Amino acid sequence: MAEKEKNEFVKQVAEKKYEFGFTTDVQTDIIEKGLNEDVVRLISHKKGEPEWLLDFRLKAYEYWSHLKQPTWGHVHLPEIDYQAISYYADPLAKKPKNKEIDPELEKTFDKLGIPLEERLALSGTAVDAIMDSVSVKTTFKEKLREKGIIFCSIGEAVKEHSDLVKEYLGSVVPYRDNYFAALNSAVFSDGSFVYIPKGVRCPMELSSYFRINARNTGQFERTLIVAEDDSYVSYLEGCTAPMRDENQLHAAIVEIIVKDNAEVKYSTVQNWYPGDEQGKGGVLNLVTKRGDLRGVNSKLSWTQVETGSAITWKYPSCILRGDNAVAEFYSVAVTNHYQEADTGTKMIHMGKNTKSTIISKGISAGHSQNSYRGLVRATPHADNARNYSSCDSLLLGSNCGAHTFPYMDIHNDTAVVEHEATTSKISEDQLFYCNQRGIPTEQAVGLIVNGYAKEVLNKLPMEFAVEAQKLLSVSLEGTVG
Amino acid sequence: MNSEQQYIDLYNEASGMLKRHAAEALNAVRDRAFADFKAQGFPTRKVERYKYTDIPALFAPDYGLNLNRLEIPLNPYDTFKCDVPNLSTSLYFVVNDSFYNKMLPQAGLPEGVIVDSLGHVATQKPGLIAEYYARIADTREDAVTALNTMFAQDGLFVYVPKHVKIDRAIQVINILRADVDLMVNRRVLIVMEQGAEAKFLFCDHAADNRKFLSTQVIEAYVAENASLELNCLEETHLKNTRLSNVYIEQQANSRVNHNVITLHNGVTRNRLDLVLKGEGAECHCNGCVVADKEQHVDNNTLIDHQAPHCTSNELYKYVLDDNAVGAFAGRVLVRQEAQKTISQETNQNLCATKTAHMYTQPMLEIYADDVKCAHGSTVGQLNDAAMFYMQQRGISKKEAKLLLEFAFINEVIDKMELEPLRDRLHHLVEKRFRGELDKCEGCDLCK
Repeated sequence: MAEKEKNEFVKQVAEKKYEFGFTTDVQTDIIEKGLNEDVVRLISHKKGEPEWLLDFRLKAYEYWSHLKQPTWGHVHLPEIDYQAISYYADPLAKKPKNKEIDPELEKTFDKLGIPLEERLALSGTAVDAIMDSVSVKTTFKEKLREKGIIFCSIGEAVKEHSDLVKEYLGSVVPYRDNYFAALNSAVFSDGSFVYIPKGVRCPMELSSYFRINARNTGQFERTLIVAEDDSYVSYLEGCTAPMRDENQLHAAIVEIIVKDNAEVKYSTVQNWYPGDEQGKGGVLNLVTKRGDLRGVNSKLSWTQVETGSAITWKYPSCILRGDNAVAEFYSVAVTNHYQEADTGTKMIHMGKNTKSTIISKGISAGHSQNSYRGLVRATPHADNARNYSSCDSLLLGSNCGAHTFPYMDIHNDTAVVEHEATTSKISEDQLFYCNQRGIPTEQAVGLIVNGYAKEVLNKLPMEFAVEAQKLLSVSLEGTVG
Repeated sequence: MNSEQQYIDLYNEASGMLKRHAAEALNAVRDRAFADFKAQGFPTRKVERYKYTDIPALFAPDYGLNLNRLEIPLNPYDTFKCDVPNLSTSLYFVVNDSFYNKMLPQAGLPEGVIVDSLGHVATQKPGLIAEYYARIADTREDAVTALNTMFAQDGLFVYVPKHVKIDRAIQVINILRADVDLMVNRRVLIVMEQGAEAKFLFCDHAADNRKFLSTQVIEAYVAENASLELNCLEETHLKNTRLSNVYIEQQANSRVNHNVITLHNGVTRNRLDLVLKGEGAECHCNGCVVADKEQHVDNNTLIDHQAPHCTSNELYKYVLDDNAVGAFAGRVLVRQEAQKTISQETNQNLCATKTAHMYTQPMLEIYADDVKCAHGSTVGQLNDAAMFYMQQRGISKKEAKLLLEFAFINEVIDKMELEPLRDRLHHLVEKRFRGELDKCEGCDLCK
């Protein structure tokens, strides 16, 4: 491509705005900024929580207040002023009477492509739509209930299925786990609760859609998924946020419990606001996600497409406790402009004959930094543990970085662990081949990148895969120079 | 009391005596190193590069130090017999940390080459030492290097002038000899001028069954078009602790081949920091570890690509048995200027028992886009099919296992350029696997 033409193209894309950057003008009930014990009590009170949960929050707060923000990641996490954030924002508080949802909110979710009217919804997907700290609506709740499946916001679950929540909350990610887990445990707001009873195969995809709207708030959602023996569920998660000059904080926890012969598929398409091309603003995505494969023959698969957020720092992990458990991690992480990502997974093999697969594809462009960090541990009892990891990085542009930090701790002689990684740029030969056949460079890059990420995209449910593919091309257009 | 406190106290009390018994050029950096050491303290396992070795615990026991430079009654030529067949080397000895300068070999080194005591050269040619000493071994960044710089009084100095090629390998035997538990701080400085070529073989032995803690800092400067082969072989015993920090700086079109072999030891941590400073430089770093019982071997490497068109290759292989602990952390850093870098890092490990632990961490950190970098790492066992195949053909299980392990390790040994050393290592490793006699025949070292 002629240099001029190329520059023109780059400019066009650079000027392309984040598609979901609008704000919703809805009256939101926001509590005072700042974090202290009273705020924790207030959140608990607003949500009408039982005593045990308030205790849990207070203990977490007490623990958190003695911790320091960690710095070990390969990201430049700014010093966050935790007193400048409001920890609870409720867009539903002032809804018009005799209406279930504020029409503004409904419009917002429509615009995001998430219709809350069940008749309009994509067939076969139930949605829990969450804005700021509150779940706006959960669709297909009744239909699912017929099968005994519980799918609702965690706030609702605390009220209606208190015993279940009490049993599992914090059992996979205890509040002492890490700094952001402690923070989340103290102030968490809505998220989804999923319970699949024994022997039930969930008939539709369950999904949550997270949206940050209010200014100077953070989102601290908490998701808890319990799959009883012989059950199956596929769960999707999507997220967006408006464009703001300041960083927004997102510190979530996802806990998954998988019992005997059960299978859970968890897919994420993360498209938080990444900040502008100067690296200003954007969401700080600091999430703890972990699955506990407690049962024999249990299976958990994480699939993630990470295109958004100024900083992504998360490691969706699996504890393979049950014998013959199988865990998978598929990830595509794209960073552009000044985005930074330090993401990967942890596979802790504890049961016998456990198996895990890690496929990670990093794509960095602009001035971004993209790191894979992963841990594979085979404990002394994990006989015949098997792991295969493959991490590939693609560099588009000379100012970006791609890094790989795999850790392997092997304490068992029957474990077989393999790791391989490569880093390279798009090959000139492939580009030339496409050009020669009349495919312009930027399309060729799109083609090659999509092919490169295919292994992971194929693992996504169909609707998501289409979205992810589009997202990938938008995030990367014009990065080849 | 913190482990570091006893060394701070010791330095405060004895720095006068230390300096009296050492050359001015070495004393010049001592106080700075002390300040750096005091500021850092020993690294705990929370420090990323020391994650797998507990340094404060290693320094906690009370060791003697020979700061007064008392002479050690030992004639290494009587006790040591290296039976590497056909290996004709210029043989030198370093007893604890002192260069053994009696009966120097009359080997005809080419003109201008210096192989001598570091302390001695520092007195004779202070300018030469001051130019290089403690320049790349950064005391601000590693407390063990700082400690070594604080206490080091002697060691080895090698200088190879421009375009001089030393055909014969230089063999340096480090002997640990003491009647009490001893700490040794040894220092090696190698300067290779443009186009120079030399091969080294460092062998670590312990002559007494004492607890030894040796810290070693090797600094090697490799100028344009120079070629350096550095082989380090450790054959000590379970009571021995060795912390070796190797710093290498390579200029354009230079070549370095660094091999580290650990067969017998207690606790070993080898750190290698290699900087590729000039275009077209090339390095090959290999490691081979055979460990059993309570052996602990930690190799930590950093290859820093600072210039374009450089190549780096790393291959480390471990065979772990009994309760042995192995760790490999290799970081390849490709800076933005280092376009057209080719880098390959491989770490393969065999764990033979449930109680053997392997930690591996091959890291790539890349800031340049036009590069080809890859790393691979595996932990596993011997191939069942191969074992079966051999047993089927009448080879006993034990022998089959040996053959496979041997083949596994051979890949590293075959990368070494000194042919007699390769042959010898094949022999030594085989004996090691068989659990047979592990020292050179006719030699009284390594009890």
